Amino acid sequence: MQRPLKMVCRNVWKLYGPDPAAFLRTHPDPTSDQLREGSMIGAVRAADVQIGQGEIFVIMGLSGSGKSTLVRCLSRLIEPTGGEVLFDDQDLLAMSEHELIQLRRKKIGMVFQNFALLPHLTVLQNVAFPLDVQGVPRPKREARAREMIETVGLKGREDYFPRQLSGGQQQRVGIARSLVVEPEIWFLDEPFSALDPLIRREMQDEFLRLQGLLKKTIVFITHDFDEAIRLADRIAVMKDGRIVQTATPEELVMNPATDYVAEFTHHIPRGKVLSLRSIMSPGTGDGPYAGDLKSTDRVADVADRVEAADRPHRVLDADNTPIGTVDGRAVIDVLIGRKASA
Amino acid sequence: MNWRRLIAPRALFWWGLLAVTWGLSSTSFQLYKAFDARWIIRFPKAWELPLETWISDAMRWLLEDATFGLFTFRELTRFISAIIEVPYDVARAALADGFVQGQGSNAVEIAPSLSWIAVIVIMVVLGRVARDWGLALLVGVCFLYLAIFGQWGSAMVTLASVVIAVPIGVAGGLALGILSFRMPWVERALRPVLDLMQTVPVFAYLVPILFLFGFGPVAALVATVIYAMPPMVRVSTVALQTVPPEVVEAGQMAGCTKRQMMWKVLVPSAAPTLMVGVNQVIMLTLNMVIIASMIGAGGLGFDVLSALRRLDIGGGIEAGLAIVVMAIALDRVSQAFSTRLPAEVKGRDLSYVQRHPWFATVFAVVVLTYIAGLFVPTVQDYPDAATLTTSAFWEDAMRYVNVTFFDTFEAIKDVFLTYLLLPVKRFFTGIPWAWGIIAAGLAAARVGGWKLGVMAALMTAFIAANGLWNKAMITVYLCGVSVLIAYAIGVPLGIWAGQNARAHRWVGAFIDTLQTLPSFVYLIPVVMLFRVGDFSAMIAVVLYALAPAVRYAAHGMRAIEPEMIEAGLVSGCTRRQLLWRVKLPLAAPSLLLGLNQTIMLALSMLVITALVGTRDLGQEVYIALTKANTGQGIVAGLSVAFIAIIADRIVSAMARHSKESLGLA
Repeated sequence: MQRPLKMVCRNVWKLYGPDPAAFLRTHPDPTSDQLREGSMIGAVRAADVQIGQGEIFVIMGLSGSGKSTLVRCLSRLIEPTGGEVLFDDQDLLAMSEHELIQLRRKKIGMVFQNFALLPHLTVLQNVAFPLDVQGVPRPKREARAREMIETVGLKGREDYFPRQLSGGQQQRVGIARSLVVEPEIWFLDEPFSALDPLIRREMQDEFLRLQGLLKKTIVFITHDFDEAIRLADRIAVMKDGRIVQTATPEELVMNPATDYVAEFTHHIPRGKVLSLRSIMSPGTGDGPYAGDLKSTDRVADVADRVEAADRPHRVLDADNTPIGTVDGRAVIDVLIGRKASA
Repeated sequence: MNWRRLIAPRALFWWGLLAVTWGLSSTSFQLYKAFDARWIIRFPKAWELPLETWISDAMRWLLEDATFGLFTFRELTRFISAIIEVPYDVARAALADGFVQGQGSNAVEIAPSLSWIAVIVIMVVLGRVARDWGLALLVGVCFLYLAIFGQWGSAMVTLASVVIAVPIGVAGGLALGILSFRMPWVERALRPVLDLMQTVPVFAYLVPILFLFGFGPVAALVATVIYAMPPMVRVSTVALQTVPPEVVEAGQMAGCTKRQMMWKVLVPSAAPTLMVGVNQVIMLTLNMVIIASMIGAGGLGFDVLSALRRLDIGGGIEAGLAIVVMAIALDRVSQAFSTRLPAEVKGRDLSYVQRHPWFATVFAVVVLTYIAGLFVPTVQDYPDAATLTTSAFWEDAMRYVNVTFFDTFEAIKDVFLTYLLLPVKRFFTGIPWAWGIIAAGLAAARVGGWKLGVMAALMTAFIAANGLWNKAMITVYLCGVSVLIAYAIGVPLGIWAGQNARAHRWVGAFIDTLQTLPSFVYLIPVVMLFRVGDFSAMIAVVLYALAPAVRYAAHGMRAIEPEMIEAGLVSGCTRRQLLWRVKLPLAAPSLLLGLNQTIMLALSMLVITALVGTRDLGQEVYIALTKANTGQGIVAGLSVAFIAIIADRIVSAMARHSKESLGLA
């Protein structure tokens, strides 16, 4: 699945301490010990990220892992100490302040963990704020803001103030505000972490619905591995400022690169993550078969069917070529977490 | 309480210091006689710094010869006068005197001032807009009081000063606050200046201002703005710094330019905190406008001052009450604005009048009263015949109290003087200056490290070297005793209020009211009851400095984690044990901060009590003011500031230690 690259960052570093730039010049790739000797804190270390057009790219890590710092380096809210950030092949770090302002006005949207709504503005004014800043005339910007408010399901609350809304509603305003300029890349910094679990679930569905409509390129930050699995096309797992592994949810579960990543994947219900492709027995015989299934189907979704059949199912590729078979036992192996019987 | 701590080795230092000081203090006179060394009790005249003369000469040079090339310093001060005077004259004409054309006896009135009805309506509407009809009623009653009790004219002169000084103070404070928010070096440069501004007694800068701007309302306004601005600078900086970083980032991601970020994101988000600053500016302005009546601000302050000078009991109380009433009204309205939520959005299809009903009402009332006032004088000016005076009542009441309770009051006063004030005074004034410098240095070094010790010793030496040792010790003694008493009353009150919701409400209301009163007002009843002297000064200072002791104690109690108390309860603490073993130790940092604030307020009030005849540094400043001797005023003012700074640093260091030992830092 090859997508054109929207955003690329190469070897990005963010160090805190006395004169970090000079430190990075003398130590191009400092180890943890070197950092400690130079009394530096490595918030982001040698981060490489490639984000494709229309992809949901999730950066996952526990608090203090550097994920928020990394996304701020990508949006240049924080100046990285070293490295390269390219947006549509333009060097983001070389931009002048004026260019950066123009870029943010037209092409970037961002949602914040604690909503970051302006307390003195109404919902309508908050959503219209980025357009107001650009100098869009009032009737035009308000019309556009109303559209967005309707899209996120807050029609009728245009004249409310943020304090009059629940957390979930406030974040909908935050989402509407970040999308009002029709950005090409959409940063979400732990957007649902401050919400109750039930509301969080609802907002995740809403997020997927919006993405189905809008097809943005998305960088999504979370500390919640379940959330990452549920939303991501690809996940980058961070620890102590470094990206430990970048992979699709399925690869992460199947082949965790380190014990640290494995810790997270242990409790994930495999059936919901794995597709038939990764559990099928390759090669097809003559049959007969109980039916045909797609190789991208999730195990949990077809488990009933496979298990109920007394014969194996055939697994078909994207262009309907049969590539393998799957039987009830393989499905049950996944569901109860038994090591696959060879 | 662990009494054993008092004899622990750590405490021995303090006991030793106290013992040596006491020994030297009580024998200094004998020592002087025995060795025939007068330098022990008096700083040698020959060593005194001629700082006073230098400063006075410098001021004279500034005023007479200094020039910036294009214009002279005197032209600069005249220019400043002019830009303040023009709006002040307009405000004063609008509120009090009416607009006139021509000079002196040829003056023709071209338009009257706002009628009393219009002013009251404006204030009521402000109250309604700021919160609700309840507040509007309170404000209305306050201003009606001013009219009915014949204080209207003076009150409007005072209000005119407030109306001019507050916007200047707020705008200037906000501008400096924004500068120090944007540029860290400005903040670093401003911080010591602000510290000094808030510790130098107000009287002290009346002197140079009097010298530069002459006697009159403009000088008073300049002094007022200088006095009222520092807190606004601090509040603005803090308010801008505490805007959540996410909100700033949201502004950046929306593509705000620097200017848009300041005016569309930062300032509006910080608005509620900024309004707290505005409230402070208003209250300080009112406080200062009254003190500034000594250098030419008219109005209520002048009435109080002249009544005090004449010992006109009734008049003083009447004018004093008018100040209180006005202070309460302005305080409540400005506070309400700081907690006000943005108004609901009105429909867009309404007419201007429908969307702004209050503005329209005010406008209509102003026009109507103007027209009606041309024909019916009662509308324009509150009829004299209908004013009430309580002057005689107060006079009688005071006379009755004085006659009936004279002996009681005298007895109380004597007890305090004999057993508390005089011994403490003897102790402090007996300390030889040389030892005083050493002792201050040692104490400060012990608490806050050798740097603080050196600083304290140098500051104390400055006081001694200017020949102010004796007066400074009187200041220290009066301040010390007053703080002790204020603390002994305030902390239990605060502890009580901190543990009991209903007590908190009542004590809170009482303290709020005490804090609203301009410092000047405290002098009136005290002088009436106890006449002039140290005892009266002490009472006034105690009343004024009570508030922070109560407030910080209550805050300390309420800020204790409920879990800590629960932990104490399940361990089987009695109520007394809970208080002494759990709550008080946890509230210690808060109590120390309260002590710090109490000392600061006590010092600032102490200087004002020079008016009731103390012989301390305050008197020195006051004398300088009457003689317009800039050097003397500034040196004495700096001495007070140094005492304040030493006390502040020592107590802050103690608070810091106590916080660290609780793991709260």
